Amino acid sequence: MTVIFNEMDGGGGAPREPYAQVAEWLKTLSRSDVERALREAEAIFRRQGITFAVYGDDEAAERLIPFDIIPRVFAAAEWRKLSAGIEQRVRALNAFIHDLYHRQDILRAGKIPHEFIIQNEAFVPEMVGVTPPRGIYAHIIGIDIVRVAANEFYVLEDNCRTPSGVSYMLEDREAMMYLFPELFAQQRVAPVENYPAMLRQTLESVAPAGCNGEPTVVILTPGIHNSAFFEHAFLADEMGVELCEGGDLFVDGGYLYMRTTQAPKRVDVVYRRIDDAYLDPLTFRHDSALGVPGIFDVYRAGRVTLVNAPGTGIADDKSIYTYIPDVIEFYTGEKPLLKNVPTWRCSDPKQLAYVLDHLPELVVKEVHGSGGYGMLVGPTSSKKEIEAFRSRLKARPKNYIAQPTLALSTVPTFTKSGVAPRHVDLRPFVLSGDKVRITPGGLTRVALKKGSLVVNSSQGGGTKDTWVLED
Amino acid sequence: MLGRTAAALFWMSRYMERAENLARLLEVGHRISLMPGAIEGHRDEWRSTLQSCACDHGYAEKHDEIVTARVIDFLIFDEDNPSSIRSCIKTARNNGRAVRTALTRDVWESINATWNELAQVKPSSMTADRLPVFLEWVKQRVMSFRGALLGTMLRNDTYHFSQLGNFMERADNTARILDVKYFILLPKATDVGSDIDMQQWAQILRSVSGHRSYRWFYRDSHYRPWLISEFLILREEMPRSLIFSYGWVNRSLQGLASHYGATYDCHQQAHDTHERLKNARMEEIFQSGLHEFLQDFITGNAKLSHAIATTYNFP
Repeated sequence: MTVIFNEMDGGGGAPREPYAQVAEWLKTLSRSDVERALREAEAIFRRQGITFAVYGDDEAAERLIPFDIIPRVFAAAEWRKLSAGIEQRVRALNAFIHDLYHRQDILRAGKIPHEFIIQNEAFVPEMVGVTPPRGIYAHIIGIDIVRVAANEFYVLEDNCRTPSGVSYMLEDREAMMYLFPELFAQQRVAPVENYPAMLRQTLESVAPAGCNGEPTVVILTPGIHNSAFFEHAFLADEMGVELCEGGDLFVDGGYLYMRTTQAPKRVDVVYRRIDDAYLDPLTFRHDSALGVPGIFDVYRAGRVTLVNAPGTGIADDKSIYTYIPDVIEFYTGEKPLLKNVPTWRCSDPKQLAYVLDHLPELVVKEVHGSGGYGMLVGPTSSKKEIEAFRSRLKARPKNYIAQPTLALSTVPTFTKSGVAPRHVDLRPFVLSGDKVRITPGGLTRVALKKGSLVVNSSQGGGTKDTWVLED
Repeated sequence: MLGRTAAALFWMSRYMERAENLARLLEVGHRISLMPGAIEGHRDEWRSTLQSCACDHGYAEKHDEIVTARVIDFLIFDEDNPSSIRSCIKTARNNGRAVRTALTRDVWESINATWNELAQVKPSSMTADRLPVFLEWVKQRVMSFRGALLGTMLRNDTYHFSQLGNFMERADNTARILDVKYFILLPKATDVGSDIDMQQWAQILRSVSGHRSYRWFYRDSHYRPWLISEFLILREEMPRSLIFSYGWVNRSLQGLASHYGATYDCHQQAHDTHERLKNARMEEIFQSGLHEFLQDFITGNAKLSHAIATTYNFP
C-alpha cells in the first residue's frame, strides 16, 4: 500500500511548515465554532446565489458546492516551482495549437500520429490558417494538478476550452476573510482578488488590431440555465463588462454589435462561455439558438477576438494528453518541469491488454468525457462495476485511457466525525495575453467522502480556500 | 445597457409589485371568506379577486367551480398561473438573476432570499390560520426588495427602468381593482350605503392598504364611493393611486430621457396620460362612465408598456 501524503502532517505530531499557523488555529477552534462558521458560510453562499446546476437533478436544480473552512497552504518556494512549470506548459500549449492550425510541424516531425489530430472531433478545420491577436488561442487555461509527495506533482489534465471554477476560488477567499479575519493578520497570504482585473487586462490585450481606443469586452453566456451561470455573472460584474446572451449580439456589415437601449454598440472581445459547437449556427451546429449567426466570419476577418479561440479543445483532449511532454519539448526545447501522469492508451492493443489485466488498480477515463462521469476508479469499485466497465471498454477501446490510481495528497477537512484527511487536487487559473499571468493559488477541490478520489463537484466534491504564503 | 437588461429590470420590478398586490387581494378575499353569509357570499368575492388580477380565465380552464382552497392554491402556488405569487417571485428572480451584474448585492440578496424561502413553503402547509402570516411575509419581502433598491441602486438607467416597471404595474393593478368593483362605486339614489356596500367599499381600500389612510385623509368615518374613487384615481397623496403611479412613470421616463439625451413617443404618451389625470375631475369621470374611464386607462397603460419595450429595444 502506498503512503498517502498528508500536506499538514510534518511527522512526529508536528505540522509541516506552511501549515504551522493553521495547525495552531485549528487547536483553538471548538466544535461549535466550526459549526457556526460552516452555517454562516453556507448562508453567505446561498444568499449570494453561488450555486451550480446539476443536469438531470430536478429536485436540487440549484445546489451549493460544499465549502470546507480549513485552507490548503503552499509555501512560497513550492509555488514558485509550480508556477514555473505551469507557465512553461501554457506557452507550449498555445504554440502547439498555433502549429496544429498552421504548418503542423509537430505532425511532420512524427511526434504525434497524424490521424490523432485530423480525425479528432476537437480539431476544428474552420480554424486552419486563423491567427488570433498575439497568436494566443487558449487565453484562459485551468490546469488540474495533483500531488503525491512533498516534491511530486502531476498534471492530471489541461482545460483549454472554457475552464470554470474561478468564482469559487474568489468567493472561498472572501468567505474565509469574512469568517476568520485574524488568520490573515497572522501571516501574509498572497491575494487572489485581482484575478478579475488581470482577466480584463488579458482580454483587452488581445483586442483586434483595428480596434481604436478602449476595447469593448463582453462575456457571452448560454443563459441562466447553464450550470456555471453564476460564474459568468460574477465575472462580468467583477470586471465591469456586459453579460450577453446570443440574442444580445448581432453581426452587421462585417462587425459584431450588441443591442443596447440606444444605438448598437461595437464589440471587440468576446469572452465566450459557450462551447465551440454552439457558437455560430451558420458555421457550426445549425440548430444552436445560443450563439450568434455570423460571428465566426467576423472572427476570421480579425474584427473580433473570441476567448478562448474555437478549436482549442484539440490541446486538452485526453487522447492528446499523453503527448504533452513531447509537445513541451518540441516547442520550448526544454524538459517539462511538470510531469504527466503515466497513461495507457487503450487504442493501442498492447496497452489495452495491460489495462484489462489490471482494472482493479487503475483509473479508466473516457477520452471525451468530463466532470467525472463515465469513469472507473478501480480500487473503490465493486467486482460487478468493474466487469460492467470491462465490457464497455472492450466494445470501444479507442474511447478510453487508463492511469494508475494516484495516492492523491490529503488535507485535513471537517467531517461529521471531526477533522479527518481528505484527498484534494488543484486547479490554478492561467491567463495568456500580452503576458502570462498566474493567480497565486487556484481552486482546491476536495473529495468529501472518506477514501474517495473523485473531487468533481457534480460527484460530491467540495472546495477549500487555497493559500500561497509570501516570503 | 443591453436592451435585454433593461427589459429584465423592468419585468423584475413589475413582478415583485404584482406579487405584493396579489398578497393584498388574497388578504381581502380571505377576510371575506371567513365571514359566513355576511355579504353576498365568498364565491363572488373570490370571483372578483380572480378578475382583479386577471386570473379568472386561467382559473376557469383548470377548475370547474370556485372553491376557496383551490383559488388560494391557484393564486399562490400554481406555476401554471403566470401571475401566482410563486410564479411572480420566480419570474422576478429569474429576471434579476439574468441581469445580476446590474443589481447591487443588497437587491439581489433580497430577491434571492425571498425565492429560496418561498421554494421551501409547501402548498399543503397553507392552512387558513397560516395564510395571513404567509401573506404578511410576502408583503414584507417585497418591501425589503424595494427598500434595498431605493437605498442602494445608482440613480441611472438601471434605476429608471426598474421604477418604471414598478409603477406601470401598480397603475395597472389599482385600475383593475377599481374596475372589477366599479358598479358598487356608482352613485345610487341614497348616498349613504347599506351595510353590504360599506363592506365592499372597505375591501377596495383594504386591497390597496388604504382603509386607514383614507380616514386620515378625509377625516371621515364613513366610506363614500365618490371619495374612494377620487382617492385611488386622482389624489397625489395616495401612493397607490393612478396619478401617483403616473407621476413616477413620468419621472422615470424623464430620467431615461436625460440619461440618454433623447425623448421618444413613449415620453409624450406618458406625459399626456399624466396631464389628463391632473386635469380630471371626479364628476366628469362619473358622467362619462367610470368603467369606460378605467378600461381606457388600462388599455393606454398596456400601450405605453409596449411603446417603452419597442423604444428601448427590449428583446
